[in-house]
Amino acid sequence: MGAASNTVITTERLTRVFGGTTAVNDLSLTIEAGEVFGFLGHNGAGKTTTVRMLNGVIAPTAGAARVFGLNPATDGHRVRARTGVLTETPALDSRLTAFDTLRYFAEIYNVPKQVRKRRIDELLDFFALSNRADSKVGGFSKGMRQRLALARTLIHDPDIIFLDEPTSGLDPVAIRDVHQMIEHLSHRGRTVFLCTHNLAEAERLCDRIAVLAHGKLLAIGDIQLLGSHLNRSHTISVEVDVNDLPRALHLFAQTPPVARAEATTDRASARNGGVLITLHGVGRRDVPKVMEAAMHNGLNLYRIQPEEPSLEDVYFALQEL
Amino acid sequence: MNWESVWAIARKDVSVALRTRAVVLPLVIVPLILMVGIPVLVGLISGMAARMDVASVNLDELTRPLPSGFGAEYAGLSDPQVGYIYFVVYLFAPMYLILPLMASAVVAADSFAGEKERKTLESLAYTPTTDRELLFAKILGAWIPGAMVGFGGFIVYSIVANVMTYYVAERIVLPNALWLLLAFWVGPAAAAFGLGVTVIASSRVNTFQEAYQIGSLVVLPLVLLVIGQAAGAFILSIWLVVLLGLALWVLDVVVFVLAAASFRRTTLMARL
Ligand SMILES: Nc1ncnc2c1ncn2[C@@H]1O[C@H](COP(=O)(O)OP(=O)(O)OP(=O)(O)O)[C@@H](O)[C@H]1O
Ligand SMILES: [Mg+2]
Repeated sequence: MGAASNTVITTERLTRVFGGTTAVNDLSLTIEAGEVFGFLGHNGAGKTTTVRMLNGVIAPTAGAARVFGLNPATDGHRVRARTGVLTETPALDSRLTAFDTLRYFAEIYNVPKQVRKRRIDELLDFFALSNRADSKVGGFSKGMRQRLALARTLIHDPDIIFLDEPTSGLDPVAIRDVHQMIEHLSHRGRTVFLCTHNLAEAERLCDRIAVLAHGKLLAIGDIQLLGSHLNRSHTISVEVDVNDLPRALHLFAQTPPVARAEATTDRASARNGGVLITLHGVGRRDVPKVMEAAMHNGLNLYRIQPEEPSLEDVYFALQEL
Repeated sequence: MNWESVWAIARKDVSVALRTRAVVLPLVIVPLILMVGIPVLVGLISGMAARMDVASVNLDELTRPLPSGFGAEYAGLSDPQVGYIYFVVYLFAPMYLILPLMASAVVAADSFAGEKERKTLESLAYTPTTDRELLFAKILGAWIPGAMVGFGGFIVYSIVANVMTYYVAERIVLPNALWLLLAFWVGPAAAAFGLGVTVIASSRVNTFQEAYQIGSLVVLPLVLLVIGQAAGAFILSIWLVVLLGLALWVLDVVVFVLAAASFRRTTLMARL
């Protein structure tokens, strides 16, 4: 372990059991310095538990982890000095102002006094909170809290930044800002460990991704490597006349490489006498095949649209392997 | 020990606790009732009794086991006058200890259980503090206000007591050695005890209110001291107070060793 000089995180058969649930199961992975690493998984897949174990705030039941060559279970404080964690909920004290929150954590993290004020001002500025610096956090909106929590995560300029679902619940503008920040961190050579259940987000930002299901690693690799599975895991939405539904379902189910065809409720289509069918296991490259099959069988298509794959689609594709 | 981190956490705990109504209210009301309300009320009654020259039977009974030298020092005073001085200096002494005990317990409840309740514990767990530093910071953050309320209460009580004993008997009685020991030796130990018990309680409950209620139970032994003295079982001598302080400090060590043994962020986080 730790042979390669720029490996910052390794886990070996890392496992955590809570009572009867195995939150993380035999997880082995390696992360290099400077990577943006996507950690994908549905609710309860074990993402947060993994982040907690890597930072030594939860003890593993079995297996081991190394962060910067240190064991988080025994040297947690040394690990945490160089990591920043954006927790799932912002975990801010509503009685403090934004400025005081950052100053409080700057002091805990021993940010040198000479740079403290400047660092805080820069972060408040970067996260567009300068004009609310002296307002109590209790009056902040969800997006503002999330931005302040992000600023707190970066207050000591950590080498590894763990982001636990940083965009969940944010509006599109805020999401774009968070994405820009991740890219910014990546350009500055920081390692980013991004927990998300948003596949498009991971695809967009990450060098490599790991897919976790029920605590187990389903797949790990760079986006290219997973690309073929991801392509297969896209879906295509097709709108046909409501009277053609049974025939269309039958036809598409027989059209390779469609894995599954199902009718989807869509009021917009229904109002126009149409019905939406979701084709699973196909990507944008398969659009011509689908169109050809429809034309060949005299089926009228009102609309055909490749969709971003959902995490569920990825699971489906990966489990097919 | 990373003192900068420890201080940052302790300072923040003190400053936000003092901005929280549920914390400040008992911190103000309890001292006002104990250190001002009751001595003034009893003083007014005693003063009237002294002026009307009716010796109250009750006070007479209370003052029976007078401390040594007490009779000589206050020779020539009437029973209500001596009785009030005895009340102010001796009978009320154990009540005073409620202040540091309760104050540190309420701040500890806010900073330990309250931290869980407000879900801010997680961000603190991810800081590079060790478990020991975190516990120490939290203890310091509750102990300082506890001790401060104790000192403040002592000053206020000294003024109130002197005004009232002057009104009743034209004497000034505080501060004396007994009360200086109470305020600077026993009081800080009581503050440490109140918060130690609350810390242990906090690891088992999830809200400020629950932790505060359990922590408040530690004032019960003080009530025994009050009753014991009132019943004439003993008198708070200097030596008894020195011993009481010593016993409390020893108890504090035991409580903190227990607290340190159970304070693990990994356990706290697993329970979140
Ligand atoms: N402290 C705990 N006590 C008991 N069970 C827990 C605890 N923490 C996590 N679990 C369980 O472990 C599993 C994994 O949880 P975890 O929070 O790591 O998932 P996650 O991938 O972060 O999910 P989400 O997307 O909902 O945040 C879940 O079944 C969860 O209920
Ligand atoms: Mg999670």
